[in-house]
Amino acid sequence: MTDATQSGPMLAADGTPLKKSLARSLRRRKLRALALIAPLLLFVLLSFVIPIVSMLFRSVENSIVSETLPLTVIELQHWDAESGELPDEALYAAFTKDMVAAVEAKQHTRLGTRLNYEQTGMSSMFRKSGRQIKRLDVEADAPFKEKLIDIHDGWGDVETWKVIKTHAVPITNGYFLNAVDMRRTPEGAQSQPEDKQILIKLFGRTLFMSLVITGSCILLAYPISYLLANLPMRVSNLLMILVLLPFWTSLLVRTSAWKVMLQQQGVINETLVWLGLVADDARLVIINNQIGTIIAMTHILLPFMVLPMYSVMQTIPETYTRAAKSMGATNWTTFWRIYFPQSIPGIGAGSILVFILSIGYYITPEIVGGTKGVFISNRIAYHISSSLNWGLAAALGTILLAVVLLLYWVYDKIVGIDNVKLG
Amino acid sequence: MSNDAAFVEFQRVQKSYDGEILVVKDLNLSMPKGEFLTMLGPSGSGKTTCLMMLAGFETATHGEIMLDGRPINNIPPHKRGIGMVFQNYALFPHMTVAENLSFPLEVRGIGKDKREEKVKRALDMVQMGAFGSRRPAQLSGGQQQRIALARALVFEPELVLMDEPLGALDKQLREHMQFEITRLAHELGITTVYVTHDQTEALTMSDRVAVFDDGRIQQLAPPDLLYEEPENSFVAQFIGENNTLEGVIKSIDGDSCVVTLDDGSEIDAKPVNVHNAGERTKVSIRPERVEFNKDRLHADAHTLKATVKEFIYMGDVFRFRVSVAGNDDFIIKTRNAPDAIKLSPGEEVEIGWLAHDCRALDA
Repeated sequence: MTDATQSGPMLAADGTPLKKSLARSLRRRKLRALALIAPLLLFVLLSFVIPIVSMLFRSVENSIVSETLPLTVIELQHWDAESGELPDEALYAAFTKDMVAAVEAKQHTRLGTRLNYEQTGMSSMFRKSGRQIKRLDVEADAPFKEKLIDIHDGWGDVETWKVIKTHAVPITNGYFLNAVDMRRTPEGAQSQPEDKQILIKLFGRTLFMSLVITGSCILLAYPISYLLANLPMRVSNLLMILVLLPFWTSLLVRTSAWKVMLQQQGVINETLVWLGLVADDARLVIINNQIGTIIAMTHILLPFMVLPMYSVMQTIPETYTRAAKSMGATNWTTFWRIYFPQSIPGIGAGSILVFILSIGYYITPEIVGGTKGVFISNRIAYHISSSLNWGLAAALGTILLAVVLLLYWVYDKIVGIDNVKLG
Repeated sequence: MSNDAAFVEFQRVQKSYDGEILVVKDLNLSMPKGEFLTMLGPSGSGKTTCLMMLAGFETATHGEIMLDGRPINNIPPHKRGIGMVFQNYALFPHMTVAENLSFPLEVRGIGKDKREEKVKRALDMVQMGAFGSRRPAQLSGGQQQRIALARALVFEPELVLMDEPLGALDKQLREHMQFEITRLAHELGITTVYVTHDQTEALTMSDRVAVFDDGRIQQLAPPDLLYEEPENSFVAQFIGENNTLEGVIKSIDGDSCVVTLDDGSEIDAKPVNVHNAGERTKVSIRPERVEFNKDRLHADAHTLKATVKEFIYMGDVFRFRVSVAGNDDFIIKTRNAPDAIKLSPGEEVEIGWLAHDCRALDA
């Protein structure tokens, strides 16, 4: 009753400012909400955010050289890589000292593996030399230059020292340069030799094939969704189960089934040959290439397109099409001018979902893609589990993430993200 | 074509969705050009189905629908040239108001200048001239309603169908729009078929009202006849407030009859669709036609004893709930006039009515 006449902040009945009073009364509710999400938050933080951040960090982290060869790295600063001459004795002495310690700690092979990413042969050079350098006495056996070159020619090669010097920095852009088919050299970033340039091509292929898969999903899903949305509930629920059935089947089973279907001796080819549509010696090659990947992934990702489309189409009332027809629009005009524009949010949502899922797909291209149908994610998996070049894998993953975010932003600019509806 | 000839005609139309139940049973209806006809009925009575058959969105299972003398059963909706206003307006959300109105003209291939002129005229007609560039979502319910109306009229159809167009509006706006719609319909001389379940709307707007129930037209008549002379007990019950007493016909004498009510008392009534003594009947009396002033009744008129149960003051009228012949929900209405009698609960009165106000209908 007094509030209206007061100047200054509104007061609650007991004289405390109303805002404070409100905050206090809401605090309990906020704490409760926080307590409810806390387990999930913790889980996501521990199992998702922290690993991803650490993985992203690996794409630039490069402390192994400076940690394994601390003295060498200092000495290398005085050496001019451009001179074309081998470093002096001081560096060889420092290197021997570092190596003896590294061999003791069994770190030298790891360093060899790391440097092998940059120049092949490094790994075996470190492994082989390690055993012999261990026998040298750091104090008594000086000078070391000749002895090291005796142990392995590589130590007498200027290139070896150039590589070590180039990659001695603790934070490097080397992995990222590798990820875009370039490399770090003393002269700055240079492109890889042509026979090693595969990653950019692979990125391009991944994007292109994801677009093709998204496109074919749209073409296949639109009529189905339309049918589902316009049939009576009972029938559409039944058909919906048929759409979702593959969704509930193991991914691996479905992909393997495609292998059976698409092989040269597979169901499709056998049927076509039996029908006489394809000659026995000209069976279609539809697996272990891009076609195989596109067919299998379109099938696997189709439900992700159907579901948002269906739920958006369900919300378009029949009266719109009826109204259009009553005004004299033909079936086609009604569809194109009235129905289709209203179904775009569903297409948008489905496309984003399918595109983003397919750009990072791994298992299906691995199984049916052969060599020509693999994605960048297969390369990432290879570097994670086979070549153990985690830095490069992390850099590739980071670029992929950035590309997806960029496309998302572009989509937002062109279509508008608030135009996306999941139902 | 003369005004009397049927412009819209349903000939023995039947409709079934599942092959088992007839939603529309043997519908015959003929309306002249320029008429405002309302289809009124409870939900599920078949009125909307009839409208949809006329618009072409449902096909008649049997029978013929004629428009201006031509059978239209096989003409698709977009070629019928019928304007339509939908219950939820169905304004296209991705188009502006002007684009919405321009759409029917566009699909008819009308040139841009002509289109703009017609759109402007239609918007002015519903006093929405300034709203052409808005989106439907930015308009209030009443404004959307006007736009829907303008859109149905912009291509100058001869027949306009309206499917409960005012259902979503509040009472005041609804009454205003009722007036607007009838004014426009009469000014433009369009033939209108209007579907509603609101009887006030039907009575105030229409030239004639078709009362639907159970897939049939129960009565087709101008509003006043419908209210004052219902032809069967469904119409009597459905239109306006009504008192029903049940009994058996004791005797019929041409234009009047005597009915023995279930408690034994006797009343005078006018036989409508009962023909023989001994038939069961439902007698219908409008609350405002009940008299408890004996002077106004016929000298030898039958009267009934009534006990007042409740008195409700409604301002312009008094409303009494009385117990008569075993019916506890018998309503009497009197005008709040200077000489009006106020009865209190518990009082006993003698009530009666003029024989022709009391209609003996089917049981």
